[in-house]
Amino acid sequence: MLLSTRNLTKTFPGTKALDSVDFDLKAGEVHSLLGENGAGKSTLIKCLTGAYRRDSGDILFEGEPISPQSTLEAQEIGIGTVYQEVNLLPNLTVAENLTLGHQPRRFGMISPRAMQAQAEEMLAGYGVDVDVRRSLDTYSVAVQQIVAIARAVHLSGRVLILDEPTASLDSREVRMLFDVIGDLRKRGLGIIFISHFLDQVFEISDTLTVLRNGCHIATRPAAEVDRMELITLMLGHELDEEKPDRGLSSEVEGTGDAIRFKGIGRRGKIAPFDLTVHKGEVIGMAGLLGSGRTESAEVLFGATPADSGTVEDANGAVDLRNPRNAIAAGFAFAPEDRKTDGIIAELSVRENIILALQARRGWARPIPQAEQMRMADEYIERLDIRTPDAEKPVGLLSGGNQQKVILARWLATNPRFLILDEPTRGIDVGAHAEILRLIEDVVAQGMSILVISSELDELIAVSHRVIVVRDRHHVSELTGADVTTETIVRAIAAPDAEAVA
Amino acid sequence: MLTKTLMATAAVFCFGATAASAQTIGFSQIGSESGWRAAETTVTQQEAERRGIDLRFSDAQQRQENQIAAIRSFIAQGVDGILVAPVVATGWDSVLEEAAEAEIPVVLLDRMVDSSPELYLTAVGSDLVHEGRVAGEWLVEAVAGEECRVVELQGTTGSSPAIDRKQGFEEGIASADNIEIVRSQTGDFTRTRGKEVMESFLQAENGGADICALYAHNDDMAVGAIQAIKEAGLKPGEDILVVSIDAVPDIFQALAAGEANATVELTPNMAGPAFDALEAYLADGTMPEKFIQTESKLYTQEDDPQAEYEARKDLGY
Amino acid sequence: MTGARVLRRVAPQLLTLGAVILLVSVYFPDFYQIVYANDRLVGIPIDVVKRGAPVALLAIGMTLVIATRGIDLSVGAVMAICGATAAWSIDQGFGLWAALGLAGAAGLVCGLWNGILVAFFGIQPIVATLILMVAGRGVAQLITGGTILTFDNEAFAFLGSGAVFGVPVPTLAWILTGILFGLLVRRTALGLLIESIGINLRASTLTGINSRVLLLAVYMGSGFCAALAGIIATADIRGADANNAGLWLELDAILAVVIGGNSLLGGRFSILASLLGAMIIQTINTGILLAGFPPEFNLVIKAVLVIIILVLQSPRLLPRLGFIRLRRERDEKPSGTPVEAGK
Repeated sequence: MLLSTRNLTKTFPGTKALDSVDFDLKAGEVHSLLGENGAGKSTLIKCLTGAYRRDSGDILFEGEPISPQSTLEAQEIGIGTVYQEVNLLPNLTVAENLTLGHQPRRFGMISPRAMQAQAEEMLAGYGVDVDVRRSLDTYSVAVQQIVAIARAVHLSGRVLILDEPTASLDSREVRMLFDVIGDLRKRGLGIIFISHFLDQVFEISDTLTVLRNGCHIATRPAAEVDRMELITLMLGHELDEEKPDRGLSSEVEGTGDAIRFKGIGRRGKIAPFDLTVHKGEVIGMAGLLGSGRTESAEVLFGATPADSGTVEDANGAVDLRNPRNAIAAGFAFAPEDRKTDGIIAELSVRENIILALQARRGWARPIPQAEQMRMADEYIERLDIRTPDAEKPVGLLSGGNQQKVILARWLATNPRFLILDEPTRGIDVGAHAEILRLIEDVVAQGMSILVISSELDELIAVSHRVIVVRDRHHVSELTGADVTTETIVRAIAAPDAEAVA
Repeated sequence: MLTKTLMATAAVFCFGATAASAQTIGFSQIGSESGWRAAETTVTQQEAERRGIDLRFSDAQQRQENQIAAIRSFIAQGVDGILVAPVVATGWDSVLEEAAEAEIPVVLLDRMVDSSPELYLTAVGSDLVHEGRVAGEWLVEAVAGEECRVVELQGTTGSSPAIDRKQGFEEGIASADNIEIVRSQTGDFTRTRGKEVMESFLQAENGGADICALYAHNDDMAVGAIQAIKEAGLKPGEDILVVSIDAVPDIFQALAAGEANATVELTPNMAGPAFDALEAYLADGTMPEKFIQTESKLYTQEDDPQAEYEARKDLGY
Repeated sequence: MTGARVLRRVAPQLLTLGAVILLVSVYFPDFYQIVYANDRLVGIPIDVVKRGAPVALLAIGMTLVIATRGIDLSVGAVMAICGATAAWSIDQGFGLWAALGLAGAAGLVCGLWNGILVAFFGIQPIVATLILMVAGRGVAQLITGGTILTFDNEAFAFLGSGAVFGVPVPTLAWILTGILFGLLVRRTALGLLIESIGINLRASTLTGINSRVLLLAVYMGSGFCAALAGIIATADIRGADANNAGLWLELDAILAVVIGGNSLLGGRFSILASLLGAMIIQTINTGILLAGFPPEFNLVIKAVLVIIILVLQSPRLLPRLGFIRLRRERDEKPSGTPVEAGK
């Protein structure tokens, strides 16, 4: 084995990011690491490259235990990493980038000619035609990636970790990159490949390892796994699993109160789609990471305004140019990344709860202090927010309680359409159940909800119908009895025309 | 009086110059960071016009590289002479050598450089120490042996005018044991700070009752301080004597109103003597002194300050 | 906020101010003496609250800008522009009210310019306001024609050197402006919304807060405060000095906000604490003038005192100092409080 981990464990406050993970990389293989957001892929990489200190477990390099304290040390051991955003200096020349830190010297001075020669030698065999004297930013991202790879291979030479290298490349460039990866495999390097493009994963990989919730789920030869099985492994459901009981009737009376989205989309984010939201309806949205789920939600809320399509309700057109207008129209949005997009960490629980309502009232009409207290106390009790008092800064609460505060913030505005992006990610089981119960409560009062979730059980349990998103298109809509894990997984997996009706 | 002499000499040489041929002279000015600097520019242009000199003016905006570029361009144009008010003292050797090779005489205005005196014709400037001395000597005469506690408003700490004017004043009063500087603080050459610091002097010296005279390193600080004295309920010019340096228009108004007592002129007319020296040199090779000191004239309330104000107010101060 | 919470928030600043006053009065025992003469109060504390007016006014606007995680380096130059505008208007014979109106408008326009660069063009505040900081003095010089533009208008000069019931007008100006801004942000929801965008701009925008308009308003508020400071500075010396009016005061204003315990990273803010910060700085300035040291020491003394103040207020250091003190007491060595040790 070239590189192995045994019982690798890493915890962050509140979560176990890696739980006794075993991982093996052979020389001369491309090994893909798969999993949804928060599965532990990047934590594993960071432990391997010394960016994080592991809590326990071993890392073995050719059988020898290692513990790199920094990426530099990992590099010296033989583990090189190339990230999606190329970590090079765009305004230096290609040669300078390649030789930075180990420039050939003559009498203590850098010798430009020797540096060029060395750089050209390093790039030989990568099949790119590059003038190493030109500055790096005159070349495409793909060439920059290859320069970064050449540098990493030259410095490390044994293990190469590629973290989402294809995210910003077009198909021709991907091909160029894959040729390079294929050559390196032949030269005997062990390559760890991370990508959320499953087609690419299948094309380039020899071995697949799936992580979920910090646990190692499976390692299989790529040839022996099909797409559906892989997605099932990633999302965590067996196809033959018993259908969960759906607590909701699948029929919603089509009242005139519906909000109708027609052909709304945004170039580069999500292809135009239609959506009709009825009063008191829960719509689930399923799809893999990067499929366009969050982008759909952001277009619906005006966070990234749509560049096509119309929105109408019973009263005519609805203006969704920005979140403020969406909120005025009775929309609400609890985003996926609570820390950066949701909570205002240093403000108190009370202030966070009243914030959206206050923003809608405008600065000149402050909510009276007593009213603020009353609302805070009401929601703390109703959502069972665990906080010593309403004046505690919300950043000090646990993830589940922060999520409840954000829900409270939106419920306080009494919205008609609430968009929840991964409302239960990273929160404990108790809070999880409470949030699902809350969804049922508010729907009973006539609110409409769109839930985005990677947890299919959860989606099936709460949704009247489920929309499946793949490759930035809404590919299928499942209703009634069709809403099962199997149909959803099939719709997510279907490479093209076999979409479920 | 000075102006009269200058005008007389100017007239003579003006005639000579026009007879020889219209001269072209380049002038590299530092910039316009102060009213005095603006007045120097105005006066230089007036002097050139009066003498029929074709003046090529270049504003360096406080940057030496601009000045060097301007001097090179003057050399390339083949001017007859160059005036430079150097922004800093060092780094002039090579460009002055270029001028010397082209046999173009260079006259320094107002500030000195560290280069060899061989490289320039002469330097015209005032003697800062002398200015302070004139102010000090005036005060010695004005108090006529009575006890006098003086407060001093210094210029920007560490600047050469502040150091030299302080030293000169101390030399001027050295002979008089009855005069003592009791407080000395920087007012940064500005009105605001001059007023603020004077207020603190007044507070610290028994509401101003213990202060006999104020010596300010420039007129602007004195003008600020005069306001502070008035606001403290005292009469500047009577309760507290006020002497300062520069002779800007506003101090003449104060002199006219009896609120200031004396000011020592730092003449903005550096160009007059410079043109004189250049013309003499160009006419028959007369070498001037290496340093031409301008007169540091003392103005008091007796010198018709209102007229002096009128004469100066349009110079761009 | 209730009175007790406000008091707890500004307690460090009050203690610091007390310590600085104590220090000055060691060198100058007459510090506390205030008399009534010439229809006005006269005394060193009066000088402090009068001379501190420009920095205090700037600190009010600066506090709000910093609360949004911004900074306004242009306030000193804006002071010069507004002072020049006021002096020019008086000089043109437009009268007092037109002069005040034009100067205030100039301040608002400067703030609007900064705000547009920050809120709409997404330029980092330090860069955006640096533009006006550099260019502003040029603008002011254009208005004054490069000279110190003096004027003769008793009504306007009253704003700089007059007194109402014995209290200097500049003092009244910053106190009233402070109260006005304090009420404006705390009696409405502005304060909360400003803190919110300062802590997390993206989340605030997603919550429906109109962050762009809010940023514009904050920079315009800062420009307006700078206009008031410029008017007072100009009225004080009866002339607009484009070169020197408000020179480097932006740094003192930022320092006042920092001494006031407000984080440069935005978020929670207290105008009262910033005003106390401004008074602490002015007490140091006045104290240095009174102490009669040679002027070469001015900046050194100020720097040393500011470092001591900031170190003592540092949240990281406080627990450690407490620890050191405890240990000293345990070792039964002669112990001093950190403040005394700092002197």
